[in-house]
Amino acid sequence: MLKLNVNGRNHQVDVEPEMPLLWVLRDHLNLPGTKYGCGEGLCGACTVHLDGKAVRSCTLPVSAAAGKRIVTIEGLSKDGLHRIQEAWIEHEVPQCGYCQPGMIMSAAVLLEKNPQPTDADIDAAMTNLCRCGTYLRVKQAIHAAASAVKAAKPAAAKKA
Amino acid sequence: MTLKVNRREFLKVSAAMGGGLMLEFCFPFVAQAAQVAQAAKAFHAAKSVVVTEVNAWVVIHPDDRVAVRIARSEMGQGTFTALAQLVAEELECDWAKVSAEFASPNEHIRRKRIWGSMSTGGSQGVRSSQDYVRKAGASARAMLLEAAALRWQVPLAECTVERGVITHAPSGRQLSYGQVAAAAAKLQPPKEVRLKDAKDWKIAGKSLHRLDIPDKVRGKPVFGVDVALPGMLHAAIAQCPVFGGKVQNMDASVAEKMRGVKKIVSEPGYVAVIADSWWRAQQALRKLKVEWDAGEYGKASDATIAAMLRAGLEAKDLPQPRKLGDVDAAFTAAAKVIEAEYQSPYLNHATMEPQTCTVWFKPDGFLEVWTSTQDGEASLLAAAEVAGLPPEKVEVHKMMLGGGFGRRGGPQDFVRQGVAIARTMPGVPVKLMWSREEDMQHGFYRPASLVRLKAALDANGKLLALHSRIACPSILAVLMPGAMKNGIDFTAVRIFSDMPYQIPHQQVDYAQRNGHVPVGFWRAPGQQNGFYRECFIDELAHAAGQDPLDYRLALLAANDKNRLVLEAAAQAAAWRSPLPAGVHRGLAVVEGFGSYAAIVAEVSVSAKGEPKVLRIVLAIDSGYVVNPDTCRAQAESNVAFGLSSMLYQQNTVKDGRIVESNFHDFPLLGMSEMPKVEVVFANTGGFWGGHGEPGILPLVPAVCNAIFAATGKRVRSLPLSRQDLRKI
Ligand code: FES
Ligand code: FES
Repeated sequence: MLKLNVNGRNHQVDVEPEMPLLWVLRDHLNLPGTKYGCGEGLCGACTVHLDGKAVRSCTLPVSAAAGKRIVTIEGLSKDGLHRIQEAWIEHEVPQCGYCQPGMIMSAAVLLEKNPQPTDADIDAAMTNLCRCGTYLRVKQAIHAAASAVKAAKPAAAKKA
Repeated sequence: MTLKVNRREFLKVSAAMGGGLMLEFCFPFVAQAAQVAQAAKAFHAAKSVVVTEVNAWVVIHPDDRVAVRIARSEMGQGTFTALAQLVAEELECDWAKVSAEFASPNEHIRRKRIWGSMSTGGSQGVRSSQDYVRKAGASARAMLLEAAALRWQVPLAECTVERGVITHAPSGRQLSYGQVAAAAAKLQPPKEVRLKDAKDWKIAGKSLHRLDIPDKVRGKPVFGVDVALPGMLHAAIAQCPVFGGKVQNMDASVAEKMRGVKKIVSEPGYVAVIADSWWRAQQALRKLKVEWDAGEYGKASDATIAAMLRAGLEAKDLPQPRKLGDVDAAFTAAAKVIEAEYQSPYLNHATMEPQTCTVWFKPDGFLEVWTSTQDGEASLLAAAEVAGLPPEKVEVHKMMLGGGFGRRGGPQDFVRQGVAIARTMPGVPVKLMWSREEDMQHGFYRPASLVRLKAALDANGKLLALHSRIACPSILAVLMPGAMKNGIDFTAVRIFSDMPYQIPHQQVDYAQRNGHVPVGFWRAPGQQNGFYRECFIDELAHAAGQDPLDYRLALLAANDKNRLVLEAAAQAAAWRSPLPAGVHRGLAVVEGFGSYAAIVAEVSVSAKGEPKVLRIVLAIDSGYVVNPDTCRAQAESNVAFGLSSMLYQQNTVKDGRIVESNFHDFPLLGMSEMPKVEVVFANTGGFWGGHGEPGILPLVPAVCNAIFAATGKRVRSLPLSRQDLRKI
């Protein structure tokens, strides 16, 4: 039995230690928001957060995730509307949408580390692939989410 | 039609009562069985929930919510929302209360194909159903108004409607759509309706938020691969690596003992493992020892395919999809004759969601299928055929597609497999999903092709004759034989056979050379001909010493819409203005899929020969635009899709099989490579063109022409990663 903490909930799963986290999430914990695109770490559709880092769950043995904090798209925010998700809706980022949970999870970590990324920072951090070609909007939405925070900060400071 | 709450509606209610589960319109069975039972009880208790189908497209809830039924599929192109906009526009309802749901393929069959076509391809989603969906909206509006007039006993002409609220101005009375829907549904639909003029649109023509996006950014289970049913098992598949080959022998002794494995399936062309998780199924699949009988194509290779196409170019007595004047005489009289050969490789669709299908042979004899399909009806018929059931006993739940691009329409191979595999475990839902490797190596590829182009110019460089010989496998011959005409597949010859350029002598010869690699509709089928034609025209402009824009304009009739978009793109990109050092321009214009599209590309090429596409300006005339932002997104999508193919992609053949297996050897464009995209809507109205595909048509040639401007090198074969683009 492996102990997993996913989206703040503890789970015990009876799976092979080498099973990639992706399949534990999708098929054993019924969290299908995290997607399979390549299984080889090439596309980023399977991106989740592991102790605050963006990782590709298709190549991560579940045993390496045990005891760590795992966050999936389903748990990114309580109400399903993280500021990044809001920016994604506002800028109509998804086309088919299949790569987008991975995109959003990558973007969340990028903004966590770098609250005001430049285009070049985004290019470097966002290596997720999108077959539909949503890249321009991903970039716009990341900038929008970044400036939303910037705009929100002084207000929050005033309140405090 | 008056409606008791139908089965789907019932399930929708069930799902909602079972705890706010999933997407109500396409995910009826996701609830746990116990929750369904509980919800059913609650439902029977709550008699007040009645929705009304005013007509097949328009369903109205008592609280005025409107559900619009959508027959076409949603794969990111936005049709789901655009069609709802068109219906809502004519219905005059409140957009904030509109939702969309997929029409049921089973109901479609039982109601004599009431929703028209379910096929979603060829950029047809909006343009070939706009007429009847708008009429459905208008007809429903008329019935709702009439019902209110009857209730009030006032003349119909005194009633008006705005945002779903009907007003009788003389008495000041009002009724909402929800209040009169049931009465309206009992009325006869009007014999004729008048559709609004586009200039009066309030909902259509606007960049409204797409209805499918909120669920997609929340990671809701909307895709085919997300289906989860109680007791469901997972299947992984390995098809014979050589197309057309068969299983000769299989040793499952190791695989069948592996953890979670429930069943090993062997069909003539593939083997599959059913297990309690997909990963376990896939692990066991790798331990299956399969001997394949490669069949007759085990030796096929790029070389044999190239030889096949070349032999096509040399063949005599080919069908001629176009013949004007006398090209041979023109060549004899010409001041200059220019010849070139162009070619393109096979290309996989590489939809980000691999092929998938979930199938449940239910104990009551009914078959339920969940799949990401571009044609719900075709999926249903394929499933019924394999299962040996009448179509009325099959339902297909249309899921959101994780990309389509033509892969999920015609063949329905994944549905056939899903049914054959699940049949081995009746009563148990089985979800089949292909690995990326299977998906890459068992596609229906954009045909590889080879063309020889020969042009005659007069002393002033004017184009007198163009002879195009095209050797290309036929998509239609296999997938839609009924659409072949006199041995001609229009998807193989378009762009040459319907050329807008005014050239007095034209001949197109078509050599259908099919090979063993399955071919299919890949975004804008025939788009490779745009690359060939528009790059060759550039060669001719160069030979004539003329500006490529002027050269084209001189060949286009005054009122030709190709001309208008070409001028619009050139103007938006300031074609004649100087460029920064190291930046070069190219352009191209191609019509197709109902629209006219022209692109100006700005490109730089490094000293090492690495191209970088900086800016794409697309002018498009689709007559009307239903959702401008979605159309802009489609332009961006066409650019990314086209550049991926142009820069990197090819599927090569060795020992009868596809060599490439995943995104390391079939790369997609990445974030840092995406150019700026500017879209000019040059709509002239009066016709309905598409947006899912036209943008790709002029893309590759515009970029390759810019590369010529940068380097002096003509690109006549793709992808560019195989070319040396260092400046001459
Ligand atoms: S599925 Fe994990 S990187 Fe592609
Ligand atoms: S939105 Fe379709 S793959 Fe990215």
